[in-house]
This record gives sequence, C-alpha cells and structure tokens, in this order.
Amino acid sequence: MARTTLLLACGALAKEIAWLIRNNGWTHLQVRYLPADWHNHPERIAPEIDRRLADWRKHYTACFVAYGDCGSGGQLDAVLARHGVERLPGAHCYEFFSGTAAFAQLMDEELGTFFLTDFLVRHFDKLIIKELGLDRHPQLRDMYFGHYQRLVYLTQLPDPELERQAQEAAERLGLAYEQRLTGLDGFAANLSALNPQAASCLS
Amino acid sequence: MSNEELHEEEELDLASLPDDELVQQMHDDLYDGLKEEIEEGTNILLERGWGPVKVMNEALVAGMTIVGIDFRDGILFVPEVLLAANAMKGGMTILRPLLAETGAPPIGTAVIGTVKGDIHDIGKNLVTMMWEGAGMEVFDLGINNPVENYLEALEKHKPDIIGMSALLTTTMPYMKVVVEEMEKQGIRDDYIVLVGGAPLNEEFGKAVGADAYCRDAAVAVETAKELITAHRAARAEQPIAVAA
Repeated sequence: MARTTLLLACGALAKEIAWLIRNNGWTHLQVRYLPADWHNHPERIAPEIDRRLADWRKHYTACFVAYGDCGSGGQLDAVLARHGVERLPGAHCYEFFSGTAAFAQLMDEELGTFFLTDFLVRHFDKLIIKELGLDRHPQLRDMYFGHYQRLVYLTQLPDPELERQAQEAAERLGLAYEQRLTGLDGFAANLSALNPQAASCLS
Repeated sequence: MSNEELHEEEELDLASLPDDELVQQMHDDLYDGLKEEIEEGTNILLERGWGPVKVMNEALVAGMTIVGIDFRDGILFVPEVLLAANAMKGGMTILRPLLAETGAPPIGTAVIGTVKGDIHDIGKNLVTMMWEGAGMEVFDLGINNPVENYLEALEKHKPDIIGMSALLTTTMPYMKVVVEEMEKQGIRDDYIVLVGGAPLNEEFGKAVGADAYCRDAAVAVETAKELITAHRAARAEQPIAVAA
C-alpha cells in the first residue's frame, strides 16, 4: 500500500507506534519521528512542527500529529489550525495513554503525582536525572520534587525490568511508587479516530 | 604536600579581600551557586559596616542579574540558576531581618502564588527572591491557590501587584478565573496583574486580562518597577470625587 498518510510523532512514542503499525497493518502510514527530548523543551515543539508541515504536508493526502499540547501552551494548536491538521486529544502522553477520565482521577487522588511512561523509564537517567542536573547537583532534588508525593508508572507494554527501574526511579526521587497498566488500546483508538484509514484496518 | 594541604592552601580567604574584590568574588560565587561562601561574604561586608541595602544591591542583586542575563542568553541552564538562587537565598536570609530594621519603605508590595492545581513553584520562588532583592515586600501564597486565596491576600495586604504562576497547560487558564473574579468584584484596576510560567506567552497574558506577561525573573523585576511607577502616577492623577 502506498504511504499516503503522514504521521508526525514524538520520538517518545516510537516503540508504541511501531508496535501498533506492526499489529494493525497500518501500512499506509509514513511516520516521521521528532526528537523526544523536546519533552523538556516544549517551546521548540510548535515552530519545529510548523516548519515540517510546511515542507511535507503537500506530499501526502492526509496528515496528523501524534502530540498532545505537550506544554506548548496552545502554540501547537495554533500551528495545526493554520495547516488544517489534527493532533491527539489531551494535554500530554500521560493523558492519552491513560485516558482523560482516568488521568483526571489520578490527579484528583494526588495533585503531587509525577508520571513516567515506558519511554520515560527507559530514558530516566538522560531525560530526568541529567537534564535536571541531578547527576551533578543531587541537592537540587527537593527543589524540583519537594511538592510531589508519589511516582505513578503508566505502563504501556508490561516488562518486569522496566517495573524494577521505575521503582528505583521513585526511590531516587524520594517518592511513593505506584503502577497503573494503561496498555495501548486507548492510544490506538485515539490514533484511529484521527486516521479513518487506520480505523478501517482495525475493524 | 598532601592533597588536603594543597586544597587548604588554595582555598580563598574572603576576609582578606578588599571590598571591591570581595564583591566581585561574591558575584563569581553566586554564579557558581556557592551558598556558604555567599553567607560568609554577606557577613564580612556587614562586619565592615556596610548597610544591608548596599550588601543586597551591590553583592547579591548585581550578581544575580549576571546569572539572569546568562540564563536568558542560553549560557546558563535551570540547574545552575537554581543553585545560584539557593546561594542568594542564603545571603537574603541573613539580610532580611536587617532590612526590616532599617524601616526603609519598600518600593512596592506584591502577593504571588502558583494557581489552583499547580504545585510547580521554582519560577515563582525565583521571582519572589528577585522582587525582594529589588526592594519589594512580597507575600508568598505558596502553591495550588484557589481564587479565594488571592482575594483574601489582596484584601489583607493591599499590594501593588498580584503575581500568578503556572507550569502546566492545564492549570494556566485558571489565571483568567482569578482576573474575572477581580473584575466581578470591581477591584481589577486597583492592582497590577502579572503572570508567568513556562507555557505562557504575551498573547496568553493579554487573553487572560493580565497587565503583563513576564518571561523570566529578571523581566518580572523590570516590569514590576515600571508598572508600579505608572500605576501610582495614574492613581495620583485621578480626580477626587466630590459628593454632591
């Protein structure tokens, strides 16, 4: 099948999207991943996606974006509206992995919740410890995390090794640990809703 | 010579430095986030007869301004700024009671807090410290503030400024709730409303009805000074209502 649909996606979702493409036969999708470390630099997201859509949009019959607002403060939505392109619903990957209602419930339970996904567990040292300077200045931990109470590991594809690493991450941050299995069903449904051709593959 | 002896020999004796070199050294120590050295330098200057305002302005605020500029220009990053802020906090803890004793009126007053649902206070704490360093009296409401907290603080402290901070896209719209409630109560124009936080921008500041969006702590200081002056001048010019 010709790759007629462009999916611009955060690199933090690469493993999950690859899994869905493989398991659902979404062969019409041309996925282009963007740097996952924009997670820590949300000001880069909107202008970079704007530039790529301007360059690539015309080569595809359809296009959509696997991002939430991701801390862009509405800037990404403004860019997407100009290009007539849609994104995943919700503020960030924690919300679209867990589902809006379940995410709201988690926040109601404890406002001071720090989330990790499979990706963030895998890259915890680089994206959290090193980027926040905690490897060089461990005394900063409580300035960053002093108001957090617990770490919730939102699990997409269960893996005992990742669970162990997530627990260890909670200990390093001085937080209570919990795990919630989100799976990928909700994420797949959200992607399909943006992309009817994928939905027809699922049915 | 052992490493320990070598280290001791290399360690700088702050008390041996003349004033100008000590202040310069304190700027360097602030930049490097050395809290103990800043506390020591602050005490030495006070022992030499410097007033607390002079120590704060020339040693701490001037040093922190350099940190702010290098942060803005991408030379320093958040961890280094936090260390510098922590060092400045050490000096300010010593100076704060002495500043209060001087009886000098503050250049302005502010209440500040993160909005409801938001526990991220790093930016808010930096602004608080820089405002205090600029000679303002600041009432810090802490984190996760519903509109009632802001209104209560406005009523109690009658500040020039209400500052609101948010890190999350999901919590920043709450700033509009606060401004709308102020409008409803007819007190919006009595105060300068400043907003800040990573996902915000100028456009958002205007949309929620703030007087200004502050990109960082240094900008928050300049904006506060400028708007307090303008706000007070405007109020002084208002005609006094005469009862019929």
